[in-house]
Amino acid sequence: MITFTVNGTQRSVTSDPDTPLLYVLRDELALNGAKFGCGLGQCGACTVLVDGEALFSCITPVMLLEGRSIRTVEGLGTVDEPGPLQAAFIAEQAAQCGYCIAGMMMRAQELLERIPDPDDDDILAALEPQLCRCGTHMRVIRAVKRAAQALAQAQALAQASEGAR
Amino acid sequence: MTHAISRRDVLRGTGALVLAFSLSRHAFALTETGASETPLRGLPGSLDSTPLLDAWIRIEPNGNATVFTGKAELGQGIRTALMQVAAEELKLPIARLTLITADTGRTPNEGYTAASHSVQDSGTALRNAAAQVREILIGEAARRVGASASELSARDGVVIGPGGFHFGYGDLVSEQLLHVDAQPTSILTDPRDFTVMDRPVPRVDIPAKVTGGAAYVQDMRLPGMVHGRIVRPPSYGARLAALDAGPVETMPGVLKVVRDGAFLGVIAEKEWTAIQAMRRLAALARWDETAELPDEARLPDALMALPSRDTTILDVGQPVAPSYAVDGLFSRPYLAHGSIGPSCAIARMEGDALTVWTHTQGVYPLRNALATLLAMPQDKVRCIHAEGAGCYGQNGADDVGADAALLARAVPGRPVRVQWMREQEHAWEPFGPGMVAHLRAALGPDGSIAAWQHDVWSQSHMMRPGPPGTLLAARDIADPFPPAPPVDLPMPEGGGDRNAVPLYVLPNARAVNHFLPEMPLRGSSMRSLGGYLNIFAIESTMDDLAGLSGQDPVDFRLHHLADERARTVVTEAAERFGWKSRPKAPAGSGYGFAFARYKNLEAYCAIALEIAIDQDTGRTVIQRAVAAVDTGQVVNPDGVRNQIEGGIVQATSWTLFESVRFDRRRITSIDWASYPILRFAHVPRHIEVHIVGRPGLPFLGAGEAAQGPTGAAIANAVRDVTGRRLRTLPLDAATVRAAMTASSLPTHSPS
Repeated sequence: MITFTVNGTQRSVTSDPDTPLLYVLRDELALNGAKFGCGLGQCGACTVLVDGEALFSCITPVMLLEGRSIRTVEGLGTVDEPGPLQAAFIAEQAAQCGYCIAGMMMRAQELLERIPDPDDDDILAALEPQLCRCGTHMRVIRAVKRAAQALAQAQALAQASEGAR
Repeated sequence: MTHAISRRDVLRGTGALVLAFSLSRHAFALTETGASETPLRGLPGSLDSTPLLDAWIRIEPNGNATVFTGKAELGQGIRTALMQVAAEELKLPIARLTLITADTGRTPNEGYTAASHSVQDSGTALRNAAAQVREILIGEAARRVGASASELSARDGVVIGPGGFHFGYGDLVSEQLLHVDAQPTSILTDPRDFTVMDRPVPRVDIPAKVTGGAAYVQDMRLPGMVHGRIVRPPSYGARLAALDAGPVETMPGVLKVVRDGAFLGVIAEKEWTAIQAMRRLAALARWDETAELPDEARLPDALMALPSRDTTILDVGQPVAPSYAVDGLFSRPYLAHGSIGPSCAIARMEGDALTVWTHTQGVYPLRNALATLLAMPQDKVRCIHAEGAGCYGQNGADDVGADAALLARAVPGRPVRVQWMREQEHAWEPFGPGMVAHLRAALGPDGSIAAWQHDVWSQSHMMRPGPPGTLLAARDIADPFPPAPPVDLPMPEGGGDRNAVPLYVLPNARAVNHFLPEMPLRGSSMRSLGGYLNIFAIESTMDDLAGLSGQDPVDFRLHHLADERARTVVTEAAERFGWKSRPKAPAGSGYGFAFARYKNLEAYCAIALEIAIDQDTGRTVIQRAVAAVDTGQVVNPDGVRNQIEGGIVQATSWTLFESVRFDRRRITSIDWASYPILRFAHVPRHIEVHIVGRPGLPFLGAGEAAQGPTGAAIANAVRDVTGRRLRTLPLDAATVRAAMTASSLPTHSPS
């Protein structure tokens, strides 16, 4: 048995230790966000955060995840209460088929946690491991910028209310 | 005892079978959507084939509407657009609509969701059906109160009239009220009164897609579901020589190994087990390979040397000139659809009935093919569309549906989910065919085009089901189906010859379609079909002619364009880009322009762009692209923009990066490393899409409008930078760097 947290909840899984994390998330934990795209670490559709770092879940054996913290797109918010990055992707309508988008968003989340105000070059470099075939790239870039602005505004508000106290 | 002739007996005559199809192309007057070419009833859109109003729209007792379409959401946003159309004419808030998409058990048969026809076919049907339903409801209210229908109106799901009476739609509808045939004409909402159409309504499917909802067939988890994987042969036509499946059958968690001729599959309780079993089985299989593929390095020669069925699709004036100012051979390689999610289907056999959840573009044609494959009555097979990753034409969707159906038969009662592996999608999908176009053109003394000849060589772009022989599994089983006959899609839409007839006014012109019945590599429909290469060739040639006659490329196009809508998008793109006032490009940078009306029937699209070429690597990046597009009446302007932006980016990838690779036996581009596509580092730095509004005019498909102009505009910009006309796609870094090296960059030294 391997134990880790997924989106803040502790989970113990029974899959064989060499099973790639992707199949544990999808088949044992019934999460949809991480997608099978290539199984080779080439397309990024399976990207999740592990202790804040984006990695390809399709080539990461679950045995390496004991005690670690995993975050998937389900952990960024819900349909009813979308998180800032999800709200930004909805506002920019940054999807066509959307199959790549959940992985794309986890890569973007990692970027925003590392660089809260990324410029174009930061975004292009960060998203380089992620493939999109519909050609939604321009909207994805806009959505990441929009999310960064929303996060900055939220932080400014929080600091202002902190200061007012 | 009589002995039926087996399919294998028929197959022995394969060569003769193929040759027998040297009939007129009009013998296969099949359109890309699978619809009949000749109207049956003269009703609008797909109402013509499915006239009953309640086949499209049902009003529930609570006044909400259930709306049915035979088209499928492919990521193009059709679900939202069709809901807008229905909501607008029903006068019902969009939130009170439920849309049921392609399902052989529930929806009209609208053939394939293809060819940029969905808004035109289904949108037109739903718009008219919704308007007629609204008027029937108004009429019913009028009848009940003894008023004239003209005194009544409908708003927000309520019919209201003088004196303040009102009826909710649910109160008005009764069992048979909408069970009537549509009328040829409808009272349609004036575009000036639109509140839902021509608005950027947010896509209804995006929230689930960005929050991890169950959005795709890949995400479905049915009770008792098991996982299947297929072992495909190593090359086309390979036969299984030897296999001892014992070691796989005894693997823990493996339920079954399915073997039928060269069709091999495994079924396991868990997906990862199925993958491991598939790999083990693949390692145990021994194959006899016979495929003989063309020499990839000489693909254009190989294609032009194949036997062809020639059709003259344009012949006016005197197209033959004593000499030609421009004479060039253009070619594209085979291209992969390259869906990010490998194809997937779930099939369940219960008793004598099969259900398949599939991301096919045509649930009815696939249903028919599966019924034949499995020797089942059609009414015992149900195909239900569930979204997959974007397909951009025929990817492995239909094939994996057959794979899942064959495995489901082996474990009755249990749903079997099959997803292809990346290498299977890359090697086995039906590619967008490799093609060649030969263009020759002469200029007259006045600088107009005096003669024009266009010859295009291509295999079929339409190898979709119905015939079971279109499905991989049907070719591999022990008693295989014969290969499906190659379909030459007829004009005016065309297949390989799509857009080979220029929209320009050319008094002396000929175009010939050299249809190749043989298929060196498996191929079928891929976004824009032959349009991408034909437009690439025509628009490259137009630029060269403009240059040779000392005319501006935009002026030269306008000089040869009579169609006012074409002139408008060309002018709009040029003005928005600032074409006339464009500064002299710095070294390594240049400008390109191109235009086409997709199929000469759908959206008009003109693109102006600026590129920069890295002088060390030869890598091209679009710095700025400005598109103008006329799609007739717009349903969702943001949807149109998304399609055009996406089309530009995808076609940039085709143009600069892509080529299916193969040796003389096997496909060798089997992943994203061997088949690179555009990544973020090379996305256009800026794209603008300007929509030329045409309120009240018919819908024109937008999903395939940008591809041809994008490729051509890039090639024209590369020529602007290097002085070299590159005619062989892709214009990859090595090719462009060679052109840079060969050119002395005389016109672009920094000023």
